[in-house]
Amino acid sequence: MKHFARRLKVKDNINTDYVISGRYKFKIQDPKELAKHIFEDIDPDFAGRIKKGDILVAGENFGCGSSREQAPQALKSSGFSAVVAKSFARIFYRNAFNIGLLLIECNTDFIDDGDELEIDIEKGKLKNKSNGLLLDINPIPSVMKKLLDDGGVVEHFRKHGGFKFE
Amino acid sequence: MGKTIAEKILSSHSGKDLKAGDIAICNVDFCFGQDGTSSIIIDSFKKLSVAKPFDKSKFYMIIDHSAPSPNIGVSAIHKKMRDFAKQFEIGLYDIGCGVCHQLVPQEGYVTCGDLVIGADSHTCTYGAINVFSTGVGSTDLAITAASGKNWFRVPETIKIVVEGRLPKGVYSKDVMLHIAKDIGANGATYKAVEFYGDAISAMSVDARFTITNMAVEIGAKIGIMEADSKVLKWVAEHSAREPKPVKADMDAKYYSVKTYNVSELVPQVAKPHAVDNVADVTELADVKIDQAFVGTCTNGRLEDLEITAAILKGRKIHPDVKFVIAPASRKIYLEALRKGYIDIFINAGCAVVAPGCGPCVGTHNGVLADGEVAISTANRNFKGRMGNPNSFIYLASPATVAASALTGKITDPREHKKRL
Repeated sequence: MKHFARRLKVKDNINTDYVISGRYKFKIQDPKELAKHIFEDIDPDFAGRIKKGDILVAGENFGCGSSREQAPQALKSSGFSAVVAKSFARIFYRNAFNIGLLLIECNTDFIDDGDELEIDIEKGKLKNKSNGLLLDINPIPSVMKKLLDDGGVVEHFRKHGGFKFE
Repeated sequence: MGKTIAEKILSSHSGKDLKAGDIAICNVDFCFGQDGTSSIIIDSFKKLSVAKPFDKSKFYMIIDHSAPSPNIGVSAIHKKMRDFAKQFEIGLYDIGCGVCHQLVPQEGYVTCGDLVIGADSHTCTYGAINVFSTGVGSTDLAITAASGKNWFRVPETIKIVVEGRLPKGVYSKDVMLHIAKDIGANGATYKAVEFYGDAISAMSVDARFTITNMAVEIGAKIGIMEADSKVLKWVAEHSAREPKPVKADMDAKYYSVKTYNVSELVPQVAKPHAVDNVADVTELADVKIDQAFVGTCTNGRLEDLEITAAILKGRKIHPDVKFVIAPASRKIYLEALRKGYIDIFINAGCAVVAPGCGPCVGTHNGVLADGEVAISTANRNFKGRMGNPNSFIYLASPATVAASALTGKITDPREHKKRL
């Protein structure tokens, strides 16, 4: 599957209210329903442009603000295979890996909307196939990798009967 | 090597000697969810296939974000919470009880030295009473509700020293907005923040809650203070549990140290649409407002209502302004009634609504129209936060909000110095 970058008009400090507004998340429980409204307050046409396998690309402090797990859930349900940003807020970071959504930290200055991307977690590289640049990605902490490999924290917990990181 | 408060509390809850950067599985003293997060907590809890929560006395659910329910979707979530609480005999605070971050310390569930998580980002509030408390998502909360444990990365710590004497009309909210402006929304991401200084010591515990409540607005995992005599008195009045105060070692290693002097600080206001977009109140004198709001986990406490009442007493709000007031809990509401504050608010033309988060999170009780401007005591002014992406939110202290409601534009509360 090919993966294409999707960028928002806003780069830094995209909060979880912007990912999914309180207008929807407090009353809608179905992540697929929520997915229709992602980024509505800052980029109303954005949700309609996402194709399955796309990678969301952002700047600093992505996912700050509210602890709402509906934010990573809605991103995953939208079809995003990963989020790449310069940095993430900590609650969002945990929430995403807990539900099996891959987050990658790297310099995103050289990724444009529509660029074709290829992520190699093992080698720690992100290749921008559209401009040929090979970018280093920050190593994923071993705990997060374990959760991701098990398919999320619930599956990890069920499989091992608790946390098992060693 | 000495330890920070975060290193000590996580060490004592994991049985290991931890330092910043370590990852450990810790025992959690208390956990809870609210009605914006509990639906997924319940779904995740059921997927874990455990027979029951680890300890019924340490897991609660609180209905505060849309209370009473404004629509069918929310009503379904509230019912789901009530049914779950009945099935597993879990404590539930229903509509009208109050905002989670007021109820959790007020009802005595947490005390000094505790490790607490909540499925709400402002769980960092209880750092003011020396609790390592932090917000998590719903599934993390479900894991802890089932097992009593979770994993934590030990954060590096930033030490913030607030010196000087706050002038009249300037409050802890102004201090925190000033810090947010300086450090930025991203300035303490993944970090713990320890607050010290004579300006902090001089504050009441209620006023300190305002500061630690907003630690997450600079990205911090926790904002924490030492337990001085005021804190120990406060927890003794509210909790039957034994406090275990934790201090940082003299030779603790800090990521950075920042010092502020607040003796000359003027009232601060965060402008749309970011908490760190802060200006002096004097720079915003021409900004007209349509709505004022006093309440929330940041500034809905008795002291905040007292300040608001002092400014409004015997006066009417501006005819073009709607003023919504939501006491942070039923207990505070009743105390405000006894003290005559509610009488003052109603006679001034305010709408006093049930304790809860509604206006701050845009679910009900004061959704703005297109182009409208609000001044609020909340902790977030993101675009759309109060329910309409085409509206504008300014954040300030209760005094600045009350002063602005009288004139219909952003107003320096120091004009009412004699009342404060």
